Amino acid sequence: MTTTSVSLNETPLVRRYLSLADDALVLGHRTSEWTGHAPLLEEELALANIALDLIGQARALYQAAGELTGHSEDELAYLRDPPAFRNALIMELPNGDFAFTIARLFFVSVASDQMWRAGFDDPALTAVAEKAMKETAYHVRHAAEWLIRLGDGTAESHRRAQDAVDALWPYTGELTADRDTWLRAVTPILTRATLRLPNDGWMQSGGREGWHTEHLGHLLAEMQILPRTYPGATW
Amino acid sequence: MVTPLQRARAAAAAVTDPELPPLTIDDLGILRDVQLVDETVEVAITPTYSGCPAMREIAVAIEQAVRDSGAEKVRVRLLLTPAWTTDWLTETARRKLLAIGIAPPDPGLGAEALFAQRNVVCPRCASANTERISAFGSTACKALHRCLACREPFEAFKCH
Repeated sequence: MTTTSVSLNETPLVRRYLSLADDALVLGHRTSEWTGHAPLLEEELALANIALDLIGQARALYQAAGELTGHSEDELAYLRDPPAFRNALIMELPNGDFAFTIARLFFVSVASDQMWRAGFDDPALTAVAEKAMKETAYHVRHAAEWLIRLGDGTAESHRRAQDAVDALWPYTGELTADRDTWLRAVTPILTRATLRLPNDGWMQSGGREGWHTEHLGHLLAEMQILPRTYPGATW
Repeated sequence: MVTPLQRARAAAAAVTDPELPPLTIDDLGILRDVQLVDETVEVAITPTYSGCPAMREIAVAIEQAVRDSGAEKVRVRLLLTPAWTTDWLTETARRKLLAIGIAPPDPGLGAEALFAQRNVVCPRCASANTERISAFGSTACKALHRCLACREPFEAFKCH
């Protein structure tokens, strides 16, 4: 590591942009890890497309943060250390099996869909939302269709889907401030998938404040190594 | 008498999409505005999808084309709002898509419901007896379908 990390003056608005941008970048990176490993060709394309949408959304949001901080989107993505990342913890968890990947995509996309549609008092977020809400609608539908197939599928796919839902549940508390609205969208899909809705108990949190799981450091090490080792590299 | 701005506009409008070479950015509705700001030709384009990798190539191609038309200074500006929609595709674009075997989008359709099947017409045999294989295709803007009449797979431009 030869470059210095950037440090930011995080106003509330900058932090808001970064929370959304980091959510999209970290989940986009995780989703892109399926490229070359997806269970079938169509799913390979689907996950790569979804990752591309998320990374595109992240870029637009980093550009908005860049207008306020004077840092380029690349600096914000590549030259911040794990404690400076504001993403929810659920984004950084390793992909696990296909059921885990799909259940996470579903929980996150439902929250994103509701957020993009709710509207913003900020012009930069309004502009990003116009595009992102259509993309996210596809993500919700894709993840929901798969979750129903897996939950209402074979004994093994049901078990794996239920395990994923149970393991992810404590990480869903960070996704939205309006949990009732989120639960109203999530519950009917879980029901249709014949999956049990876990009880709300203690929730994991800390991602927005920079307290991350061990997994984010590993993810960023892989994502950031090139620009940190060869500052200003172009190709 | 063709003004330099008209020449610049024509040059920008003729730039094609690297993923869909028969279609120009004007056909696709990506090109929003060409104007002179001080001495600089400013071209405004609207991205189709947040992460569409073709946007960067398109921006570079616009700069080159406008410069070749005689302009000295060119700037490409990304216009995020209003957001691009497939309703901006021109009739020419829809005809060209069909000609290269891609079903054009139905106008005015938003996101579809769970397990929804849009009744896409096969661009090869014109049968409406088709099914969707996947909502995600080889690029962000296309989905995979299959014709149950002629048995050929084909791509369809997504409604967005």
